[in-house]
Amino acid sequence: MAEVTILCPTGHLGFTPLEKDSFLAGCELKPDFIIADSGSCDIGPYPLGADGQASPESWQRHDLEIMLLAARRLGVPMIVGSASDTGTDRGVEQYVRLIQDIAAEHGLAPFRLAAICSELSREAVLARMAAGAKVRGLDGRPDADPALIQRTDRIVAVMGAEPIAAALREGADVVIAGRASDCALFAAPILNAGMSEATAYYAGKLMECASFCCEPFMGKESILGRIAEDDIRITAMHPGQRCTPASLASHAMYERRDPFREHVLSGTVDMSACRYEQLDEKTTRASGARWIPAAQPMAKLEGAGKVGERRLAIVGMREPYMIANIDTAIAWARARLHERFGAPEEAGWQVFYHLYGRDGVMGPMDPAPPANPHELGIVVEALCGDARRAEEICALAARNLFYARLPEVKGTAGAAALMSDEVLAGKPGYEWTLNHVIPVASATELFRTRFLAVDGTTRKAA
Amino acid sequence: MRNMPRLRDLASTVRSKNAGVDHITFDIIFRERANFERVRDAKVITPEVVCRLLRITPDRITDFVVFEPANAIKFTIRRERPSGSPGERDVFGSQQYAPLLDLEVP
Repeated sequence: MAEVTILCPTGHLGFTPLEKDSFLAGCELKPDFIIADSGSCDIGPYPLGADGQASPESWQRHDLEIMLLAARRLGVPMIVGSASDTGTDRGVEQYVRLIQDIAAEHGLAPFRLAAICSELSREAVLARMAAGAKVRGLDGRPDADPALIQRTDRIVAVMGAEPIAAALREGADVVIAGRASDCALFAAPILNAGMSEATAYYAGKLMECASFCCEPFMGKESILGRIAEDDIRITAMHPGQRCTPASLASHAMYERRDPFREHVLSGTVDMSACRYEQLDEKTTRASGARWIPAAQPMAKLEGAGKVGERRLAIVGMREPYMIANIDTAIAWARARLHERFGAPEEAGWQVFYHLYGRDGVMGPMDPAPPANPHELGIVVEALCGDARRAEEICALAARNLFYARLPEVKGTAGAAALMSDEVLAGKPGYEWTLNHVIPVASATELFRTRFLAVDGTTRKAA
Repeated sequence: MRNMPRLRDLASTVRSKNAGVDHITFDIIFRERANFERVRDAKVITPEVVCRLLRITPDRITDFVVFEPANAIKFTIRRERPSGSPGERDVFGSQQYAPLLDLEVP
């Protein structure tokens, strides 16, 4: 194959529903593959740690249905990675079930589905560490020790293109992958076509967020990539969008520390010498990526662990004196909490006061928080291992603002306005415990692939 | 020095976003090459300016790049704590760019 064409309808399948019109316009051009990523770390550690999804299943199903029906009609493979936001085994199995249901509902002719799991148990990671593997911290984090693994509730390894490419070579019509580098989903079929890693992963990097690489800004619109060796042509499918050198180059640096390098399991794409040129009104050509194979392949591990139960309360403030002295009032409230519940670190609780109207969004990074805001909206966030205690701590942290004893408060009936005297149950608090890499001997050893025959005609009849 | 333009007048995109779970990255992108060169050459955005503006110490800036192909200046800072941890203010890191908008450009 001298050229591979790929249609990508969304940068995060299911996060908000994809736009159908530009996708169907792309299908008219008969792409060889339909590919979308469905995961992200942006949603925070909760979905991975608690093993839940961040998007409603009806939206995920909406996107999968549109893609599957088109892929089967065109007779081309479809690849979805980081299934159901987190790419855990739960996510993979959920998407497999959705694919089976959609096939049955539409009476789709038999096809072959590959499910690739990438979840790792704590025990598996600990066993590798015991055997000498160093789990190296990324982004300035210290290396992992067994205690860190023990307080991690769920771990996924991030796959490169290899397990997906293997599944395609074995005849998969639909690939549902666990956690995967976004760009690897696209790289897999390009590598199978005999092109270089540089072209394959670079094309994937450019395409992974769909219409985000085009202008003006639109989400969830399709783009088409025509990929030949060192010649990647990206075209906007929405009638109002264009792919330009500036939009494509600026996407190459989107949500990443370093605009020049993309790390995957088996190496690094060097984009420092890439070139961008406008080919036609809606299409830009990119070239010039280089590939640096890893001396030691390293699989990234993502992990999240529970911190505690979480409760929230909302308090308003209007009195100028209270607002001007809010830090003193909070210190007073914290002192009362300390008296009742013990020191936070020792007693295992945390309270945060989010001061919306002053610096609720930026905290200490805000260069110019107003000294005298008109009013303050305060969100009190409390955490504790025990749910009942978290509730009690939150209630007291909020009510203590109401009763704050500052010398010049005129309103002695209450120094704050309670939107409602209640404590709201938040989702449990989690934190990203693992942002690490682990050495692997092969690019496929951490990932488990199984094949299923899906036959919508029999299930419909049954 | 009256009527000095602000960064918001010259840049087409000013954004912040998570870069992984431990960093927030900032992109300042110009549609007009001339505006990009003007801001670049006047050193409107430097690590020192970022430290002053966001009230952070220099060690928290992990990357600082003038990215010519995109007419862009890009820098990355280490987060106070991983994204979405208890006490989080901006899970996606998407509203941290606001103070950049008012930078004056000679």
